[in-house]
Amino acid sequence: MTTARFPRVATLVFGFAFLYAPIALLVIYSFNASKLVTVWAGFSTRWYASLFSNTALIASAKISLQVAAISAIIATFNGTLAAFALERFGAFRTRSVFVGAIYAPLVIPEVILGLSLLLIFVALGVDRGFWTIVAGHATFTMCFAAVVIRARLAGMDRSLEEAAMDLGAGPVMTFARVVLPQLAPALVSAWMLAFILSLDDLVIASFTSGPGSTTLPMRIYSQVRLGVTPEINAMSSLLLAAVGLALLISAIASRKRDS
Amino acid sequence: MPRGGLARGRLSALAIPYGWLALFFLAPLALVAKISLSKSIIAQPPYEPAFRASDGLAGWLEKARMFSVAAYRGLGEDPLYLESYLSSLAIAGVSTLLALLVAYPLALAIARSDPKRRSLLIALAVAPFWTSFLIRVYAWIAILKDEGFLNHALMALGLIDAPLTIYATNVAVVIGIVYSYLPFVVLPIYNSLEKQDAALREAAADLGAGPLATFWKVTLPLSAPGVIAGALLMFIPAVGEFVIPDLLGGSDTIMIGRTMWNDFFENRDWPAASAGAIVLLILLVGPIVWFERRQTKGQGAQ
Repeated sequence: MTTARFPRVATLVFGFAFLYAPIALLVIYSFNASKLVTVWAGFSTRWYASLFSNTALIASAKISLQVAAISAIIATFNGTLAAFALERFGAFRTRSVFVGAIYAPLVIPEVILGLSLLLIFVALGVDRGFWTIVAGHATFTMCFAAVVIRARLAGMDRSLEEAAMDLGAGPVMTFARVVLPQLAPALVSAWMLAFILSLDDLVIASFTSGPGSTTLPMRIYSQVRLGVTPEINAMSSLLLAAVGLALLISAIASRKRDS
Repeated sequence: MPRGGLARGRLSALAIPYGWLALFFLAPLALVAKISLSKSIIAQPPYEPAFRASDGLAGWLEKARMFSVAAYRGLGEDPLYLESYLSSLAIAGVSTLLALLVAYPLALAIARSDPKRRSLLIALAVAPFWTSFLIRVYAWIAILKDEGFLNHALMALGLIDAPLTIYATNVAVVIGIVYSYLPFVVLPIYNSLEKQDAALREAAADLGAGPLATFWKVTLPLSAPGVIAGALLMFIPAVGEFVIPDLLGGSDTIMIGRTMWNDFFENRDWPAASAGAIVLLILLVGPIVWFERRQTKGQGAQ
């Protein structure tokens, strides 16, 4: 049943305008010739050019991409094991502690997570840098990965696994030939989610980073505090384009799979 | 298999993520609790007592006697912390209410759209979540500034003569929070609306209820779980928000995330920041436990 058309369409238009207008303005004004961010002075790509000569920004982008890729792999691995433990292992001692430790980081303010990680690294005498950021990111993103993979596991037909076992496949064989192919799409989306969350994180990175490991959000943040610049607009537009492209590819891939 | 026991393979599969979380989540939280009971000193690390393995058990017991609740007493006496909690709860509360007012109609409009277009529309509504949070907050600076897009547009339309001061106020913080967390609120509301059986609304209409009465008596109550889930998903992280008040707020915007950040990095008062974190955790975990209980009770009744 579709209800009255006009109010519905008007709501959709207003809602999506609110969601997308700020992003659209940011992208449009990244092509502004003027240094004044809110006054249009003609089309130009000069800010993109100056972006690529900003070596500090590029170095930070590299660090962020590396941290995100590595921490997302750890998060997907840990998240998969955690999802199996939650979905398939039944009751075990201290299960409620484990459940709490998986779900709490999803909502706990990042400042608390960052602060507690910094304290443990100081207490253990670990020098903060690249690997402490990886550990911090892998920790909070594994919880998101576990939720995504658990949802897929819950929807899987277990009779397929039982059939494989009945036909003589061992647990490893069953996992590799039956479970893994069914789980693969969830593993890919869990990795992507972990990658993007890591790439985006400012707070936990600020607490866990050390000298020489400034991530891209930390670099952007310190520049944004000084004011809006067209160069940041250009940087942001590139990041938005990359995420948009990734979303488009995954949407097309899932449509192909479904049909 | 004994109760609570696991086969060896499963035990090792559990030990890896459990061990990771114990090391990087549970132990750090325990440490925060411990440091909140320590005294602030000017040293590295800037708190006392600091436990070391070399102290031995006797040394640890000795140091445990040095525990003090000074940091907590300090929180109660420091008007900055009290004000931070109250204003964080107020800002997050107002933002959550406004977000529900924006998200509900949007979720309803999507849920009542052509089934063929629904999945595309909801994907579009959630897509901004995938883009950088920092960038989305940053985009609002250029809009809300005195010489920003909003003031330009309003003045060009002749609606105002002088620019409105929104940037660097609590209003800007609320707008930023509503905008950033909107996808979190739309999605659970949409999920609960989409599941509703249209036959219920038709039955209400057949029994003489107008569209408004049908909405109040059928649609809205049935979507309550989605509304509560969306509100909690947004409210809890919003209370501890740091980036939005820091970038969009003014110097008089006091929120607990920012206060703890400053105590940590600028004042280097780690015990105070730790005590602040523990109190905030207790404030926030309360509603989650309540919601969990409600959920399990609801499932038991069905």
